[in-house]
Amino acid sequence: MSIARKSVVWGLFAAGGTLSAFLFPAIIALFLFVAAGRVPPGLEFDSAHAFVSGWLGKAVLFVVISLALWHAAHRLRVVFHDFGLRKDKAVARAVYLVAAIGTLMTAFYLYSIH
Amino acid sequence: MSRQPYVRPISRTTWYMRKGRYRRYMLREVTCLLVGFYSFLLIWALAVLATGSAERWDAFLAGQQTLTMKTVHGTALIYYLVYMTFDWFKLAPKAMAVQVGNHALPPLAIIIGHYVAWAALSLFVFWLTGVF
Repeated sequence: MSIARKSVVWGLFAAGGTLSAFLFPAIIALFLFVAAGRVPPGLEFDSAHAFVSGWLGKAVLFVVISLALWHAAHRLRVVFHDFGLRKDKAVARAVYLVAAIGTLMTAFYLYSIH
Repeated sequence: MSRQPYVRPISRTTWYMRKGRYRRYMLREVTCLLVGFYSFLLIWALAVLATGSAERWDAFLAGQQTLTMKTVHGTALIYYLVYMTFDWFKLAPKAMAVQVGNHALPPLAIIIGHYVAWAALSLFVFWLTGVF
């Protein structure tokens, strides 16, 4: 991998990791509230839909989800290597493809909510 | 150079079991699976919202209310805090050196700053979603 590409990949990894470290505990806690049957009022359909309909909500969710996916993809690539799988090219292609698909899905769903 | 250099046999698949810090490194790295899992859970939620149907959204929320999901989220939250968030903050001063005037900010100040920002951001998310 060229140095230029490496810096882009690592930059996305670090940005996604920072966002995930800061935000995912709260997101997991929200899922826990829902699973425990105590759905927060802001997650009822009307409020959730209104939040995602606005451009700010869309922007925040797109940045968070896509960067988190690229972070996870890059780390997973290294994890495969660390667990003894020495097929970096194929692994890299697979994990970045999944991240790309997730990013496109996020963009598509956010675009179709209004 | 010796003609038969001694190469220590190290397992490719279990090398991290030899030392505590290697094990901790692996425990930290596999948190990427949780990030991926919750990212796709969020995408699923967006897909349901995109249908524009309140009934489907309610069904999605109801479908999440199982003992399995409660256990998964509870365990994931603790694991994630310990091995992702807190580890990330611990390493932050090594990744970003902050200089104020002629002095480098002490690592502890950077770490505390991260915890404060994290608490504020989490409270903001809870306020936004009406948890309290």
